[in-house]
Amino acid sequence: MSLRIVVTVKYVPDATGDRHFADDLTVDRDDVDGLLSELDEYAVEQALQISENSDDDVEITVLTVGPEDAKDALRKALSMGADKAIHVEDDDLHGTDAMGTSLVLAKAIEKAGFDLVVSGMASTDGTAGIVPALVAERLGVPQVTLLSQVAVEGGAVTGRRDGDTASEQLQAALPAVVSVTDQSGEARYPSFKGIMAAKKKPVESWDLSDLGIEAEEVGLEGAWTTVEAAAERPARTAGTIVKDEGEGGKQLAEYLAGQKFI
Amino acid sequence: MAEVLVYVDHVDGAVRKPTLELLTLARRIGDPVAVALGNGAGETASVLAEHGAVKVYTHEAAEYADYLVVPKVDALQAAVTAVSPAAVLVPSSAEGKEIAARLALRIKSGIITDAVDLEAGENGPVATQSVFAASFTTKTRVSTGTPVITVKPNSAAVEAAAAAGAVEALTVSFSQAATGTKVTSRTPRESTGRPELTEAAIVVSGGRGVNGAENFAVIEALADSLGAAVGASRAAVDAGWYPHSNQVGQTGKSVSPQLYIANGISGAIQHRAGMQTSKTIVAVNKDAEAPIFDLVDYGVVGDLFDVVPQLTEEVKTRKG
Repeated sequence: MSLRIVVTVKYVPDATGDRHFADDLTVDRDDVDGLLSELDEYAVEQALQISENSDDDVEITVLTVGPEDAKDALRKALSMGADKAIHVEDDDLHGTDAMGTSLVLAKAIEKAGFDLVVSGMASTDGTAGIVPALVAERLGVPQVTLLSQVAVEGGAVTGRRDGDTASEQLQAALPAVVSVTDQSGEARYPSFKGIMAAKKKPVESWDLSDLGIEAEEVGLEGAWTTVEAAAERPARTAGTIVKDEGEGGKQLAEYLAGQKFI
Repeated sequence: MAEVLVYVDHVDGAVRKPTLELLTLARRIGDPVAVALGNGAGETASVLAEHGAVKVYTHEAAEYADYLVVPKVDALQAAVTAVSPAAVLVPSSAEGKEIAARLALRIKSGIITDAVDLEAGENGPVATQSVFAASFTTKTRVSTGTPVITVKPNSAAVEAAAAAGAVEALTVSFSQAATGTKVTSRTPRESTGRPELTEAAIVVSGGRGVNGAENFAVIEALADSLGAAVGASRAAVDAGWYPHSNQVGQTGKSVSPQLYIANGISGAIQHRAGMQTSKTIVAVNKDAEAPIFDLVDYGVVGDLFDVVPQLTEEVKTRKG
C-alpha cells in the first residue's frame, strides 16, 4: 500500500514586518520579507507524523501557489522532511482571491495525485481559513478540518475538532482534505542534515497551462470580490498611562467607571 | 425589498448573540429571512421574529449533527434557490466560514469573511474588514454572484424590531457529499458560567505575567466582577495554564469586545492580531516598555497581583 500526501503551504509576508497594500490593493509582497506561514508548519509536521506512524509507503509532496520567492516556503518544508515539492507560478496569478487559489490548488492536487491533503487551519496573512473547505468542495472529497489531533489508519482519517461549544471526533474515508490547528503538535526544526538533503530534493514548476486553467479564471481580473479601498488605521491617540504607586487598581476602576463599564 | 438570508447559529434552539447582530445588519440591506437547521430549529422562530426576521426557514434532520458542515451547505443552498436573496449573511465562526465558503463556490459567488461592518452600496453590500492585525481597514464588495458575507461577533449592537417571523419548513435534499465526514462523538464544552469569549462585551485576559495556572484565579475574579469572559495569550496557553479554547490571537480566537483588559501580556503581534479591534483597550503590566502600552486607552505600569485584586474589589464595591 502506498499513501500519497499533498501538503498545501503558503508563503506569506512576515507578520512582524510592516505589512501593507500595493497600489492595485493587492498585498504588497515586495517591501516585506516572506516566510512559510507558521500555521502551515503544523501541517507539514502532521504529514511527517502520519508518515512516521504508518506501515505504508508514504510520499509527502508540498505544494504552493505563489511568486518566485515562494520557493523559500517549499525549501523549508523539504528541509523539515517532505519528499518533493510543486511550485505553481504564473504572472497571471497576481491578485488571485481565495476562490481562485482553491481552484489552482485543487487542479494541482489532482494532477499530482493524492490520498490525503493536509493544510494549515488558515494562512497568517489572509487568516480567513476557508481554503481547505473550498479545496474539499472542488475535489469532491470529505473535509476533516480544524483538527487538534489527527491519525490515518486503514484507509480512513480520524481527528478531533475543538469547536466553540463542543469537541467532536470526526471520521472520513480517504481520499480527504484535512486541516490542522496549532494545537496539533509543535513543528520540528529542520536539522542540518535535513537542510542539506532539501537542496537535492526535486521541485517541479507548473504554470496555469499545465493545469488547464485560463488566465481569466484567476488573478485580480478573475476575483469574485473587489477591494474598493484600503486605509491604514489611524494611529491610536496616546492613552493615559499611570504607574502603580499603591492606588493603580483604584485609578483603573475610576477610568472604567468614567467610561461606563462599571 | 430584497430578501437577505441569515444563517442562524443556535444550540438546541437557543439563538446565539452573533445571529441577532446579523439580523440588525441584514435590515440595512433588505428583509431578513432566517435559516435555522437541526435540533430545536423551530424553537428559534420567536426570538428571530423579535429581531426582524420576516420569515424563518426551519429544517430538522439528524444529518446536521451527525455529519460535518456539508448538510448545512446543502440546506443553505436550498434556501438560496427558494428566495434568490440579495445577500447571504453567516456568523464568522470557524464552522460558519466553512459553510459560507462552500455555499459561495456552489452558487458561483464571491465571499467576504470576517466583516466588521456592513452597509448598502450602489453595487451591492459593502463590507468593512480589519486586516494585517487590524493595522489596515478595507472596504470590499462581492463582484460576482450573490454576496456571501461572514460577519464577526460584536460588529453591530443587537436591536429589537418586531417582524412576522412566519415559519416555513425548508425542503432539503442532501447531496452525496453530505455524509462524507462523520461526527463519531461529541463532548459539549463544560460551561464556566461566563460569557463565550468571542461574543463577550468585556474580555479580561492573562498572559505570561500571570505566571502559573493557579494564579489565573486572580484574572477570573476580575472577569466575574465585570461579567466578562476570560482570555489568555498564547504564552499562557502553551505553558498549560489555561485552555486553548480561551486563546486570543492569530492562532486562537479573534475578539472585538467593548472593553479588553490585558494583564501580564506584552502585546506581541500574534496577540494583537486577535484583539486590536477591541473598542477600549486597557493593560496592566510591570514592564513600562511592553508594546501593549502602544495600543491602550488606559494602562497601569505595575504588578498585576497588586493592581488586579484592588481593581476587582473596587468594581465589587461600586457595583454594590
